[in-house]
Amino acid sequence: MNQKSLLWSLASLLVLTSLLLSACGAPATTAAPAATEAPATEAAATEAPATESSAVTEAPAATEAPVAAGPSCGTDPVVLNAYFETGFDIPFKLAEEFTKQYPNVTWDIKQDQFTNLINSTPRLLSGDNPPDLLRLPTMVSFAKQGLLKNLDDYATDFGWDEWPVPQLNQNRVAEDGTRGSGSLYAMGLNYSLTGVFYNKELAAQIGMTEPPKTVAEFDELLAKAKEAGLLPIMQWGSAKSGMGLAFPLQNLMAAYGPVEPINDWIFQKPGATIDTPSNLEAAQHLEQWIQNGYFPTDINAIEYTDANARFGKGEGVFIFNGDWQNAGYDTDLPGNVGFFLMPPVDAGGSPAAMSAPLTFGIAANAKHADCAAFFLNWVASNETARQIDVTIGGSNPGGPSGATMPSVAEGSVTNETLAAGPVVGEAGTSMDFIANATSAIFAQGWTPELQKMVGGQQDAGGLLKAVQEEYLRQLEQ
Amino acid sequence: MVRRETLIGWLFILPALLMYAAFVLLPLLLSIQYSFFRWDGIGPMTWVGLKNYATVLDDPDLLGTIFNAFKLVVFFSFIPVTLGLIVASIIHRVAIGRLGTVARTVLFLPQVIPLVAAGIIWGWLLALPGLINQILKALGLGAFTRAWLGDFDWALPAVGFIGVWVLLGFCTVLLLTGITKVDPSLYESARIDGAGWFTEFVKITVPLLKQEIGVCITVTVIAALAAFDVVYVSTAGGPGNSTAVPGIQIYILAFTEQRIGLASALAVLLMVLVLVVILPIQRLSRENTQ
Repeated sequence: MNQKSLLWSLASLLVLTSLLLSACGAPATTAAPAATEAPATEAAATEAPATESSAVTEAPAATEAPVAAGPSCGTDPVVLNAYFETGFDIPFKLAEEFTKQYPNVTWDIKQDQFTNLINSTPRLLSGDNPPDLLRLPTMVSFAKQGLLKNLDDYATDFGWDEWPVPQLNQNRVAEDGTRGSGSLYAMGLNYSLTGVFYNKELAAQIGMTEPPKTVAEFDELLAKAKEAGLLPIMQWGSAKSGMGLAFPLQNLMAAYGPVEPINDWIFQKPGATIDTPSNLEAAQHLEQWIQNGYFPTDINAIEYTDANARFGKGEGVFIFNGDWQNAGYDTDLPGNVGFFLMPPVDAGGSPAAMSAPLTFGIAANAKHADCAAFFLNWVASNETARQIDVTIGGSNPGGPSGATMPSVAEGSVTNETLAAGPVVGEAGTSMDFIANATSAIFAQGWTPELQKMVGGQQDAGGLLKAVQEEYLRQLEQ
Repeated sequence: MVRRETLIGWLFILPALLMYAAFVLLPLLLSIQYSFFRWDGIGPMTWVGLKNYATVLDDPDLLGTIFNAFKLVVFFSFIPVTLGLIVASIIHRVAIGRLGTVARTVLFLPQVIPLVAAGIIWGWLLALPGLINQILKALGLGAFTRAWLGDFDWALPAVGFIGVWVLLGFCTVLLLTGITKVDPSLYESARIDGAGWFTEFVKITVPLLKQEIGVCITVTVIAALAAFDVVYVSTAGGPGNSTAVPGIQIYILAFTEQRIGLASALAVLLMVLVLVVILPIQRLSRENTQ
């Protein structure tokens, strides 16, 4: 029975894919070469009832290799070797659902903390048993070292090229090592959005009726919170989870200046610098917030999980974070957490936000690269998968432009983050994270320097200079 | 020509020797080799001579970690050995029976707990809402509460305090064993002559325990200079670089920055430093016993 239902789903998938391809106006020939090259795992598939796949027969290649419209997981048992990030449920749940739908695919999942992943990824990728699918903490050096599979062919086969443009850009690496354009080396399981979360009850206490529209309005609210004896902003800052002040700092940078120079710096464009006049204003603004006592006094010892737990217990009116934490906030403070994008300096300007794909890549020597790519495509296009993405991940699942957005429970902060996504998308003001510019810029640059700023041992100008020096030192190698 | 016993002796140590060679000597030699190259751990290696060593000695951040390690020596070595001597002689004098066993067990317990677990627990205890600050508040010392591990002045002493907690039991038990080997008649005659605890301690215990003290200092100084786990789990080197020690930097350089050569150079320098500090201590403690 299983076998049959599998064939059935394979066949219908094929129909869907070819429909999609032709609907997108992609010439059928692009699908054809892939099909002919596909290995002969389709022996069984040829038995699939051909009548159902009438659309397929229209594709020239279909008669020769009836099933393979692009890579798949085949029908033989496959064990996908995967590395996920500890503490984030989405990939695990998606893997579970995938096995439900494709029972021949099972998983060998190992997991580790994000910071450990940064350290172990090069060895995992170059080792004897390279992962078919892994959470990629950074990618440029691995792409340059040839450790990651180039996904360009899959992008053509699955039609990822047709998706709304910004989705894939952050995962592209050019030959000179700059990110943002070039070949595709990773895919996002979803696309996170960052901004300011707030405790609705406490916000009402300080008279906030609607989200601030300018930085000045935000400043007023922070001052009111301080006056009311509330902690204005909860944030983490321990070196163990990395300095969370990087969030408000980057938000302020994008409020004071354009996002392009920031992205250029993150993407390692030649000559890019973080030490710009508008960034200096942003850093000075953050320094002011620190001096005003807007952050917890023990911020340098607070870890990510502690900060969110304390916010969940009502400590802090605001917290800078990303929508990956939505489920946590909904659990801790049901119906009581709101979200807004960091407002611009001038009224009427566009808000900006850090937004990044939850990046997964395939090792260059992975045994089941096709199946892993098929999984990545499934995540973005399967309805159940997209629902899991939104319910558990809290983030936009991305995917083809026409795809329907899964439903969200009423009162969930996810409604607000999902609504904010298009605002940033239309304004073209999304950024990657300044913490991701190089693999060690967070640990060796932002974290210690921002901690020093909290401790009164570093000022705004010194912060930017020190980080820029560290950045150049790391790029020099 | 080799005597049979010698051959059998070598056979007996062969398994251990193989393990030692594979997991200690070989990595040691490889580290020395890597330290002369620029290498990302995957691609081709480039010979750079002594440049990595020059970088370590030139970079204030890297040198700073070595200074921090020496500050840790005070907490990991000086305090546990001194306190250990005092505690051991007190236990020896006043609590030989069951109480002594209980005291020894309690003091030794931290040695049994994995350092990572200990680091995490101390992280909670030393946090702003943690137990230590609650106790301070209850005692009316609310003004002294702080996030111990997040404070620029107090993070290193706080990490050092965790070290005291871990190593005090080790030193005490080792020194107590040494005391019990001392001829009891020495203490008896001293007491007959009216010697108090302090005189006994200075005139008998300390001089006759030179060798044990030497072992204690050796082990604890190495623990301080090569510290990694407790520091990594409690502060990860922060705030700023105030608790960054060579172990942490080596780890970040090698695995986060993929600069295997520079990391190896720092590691080799650290080893040399440990030897330079330890060898005189070893010689001193041996000379005195002869």
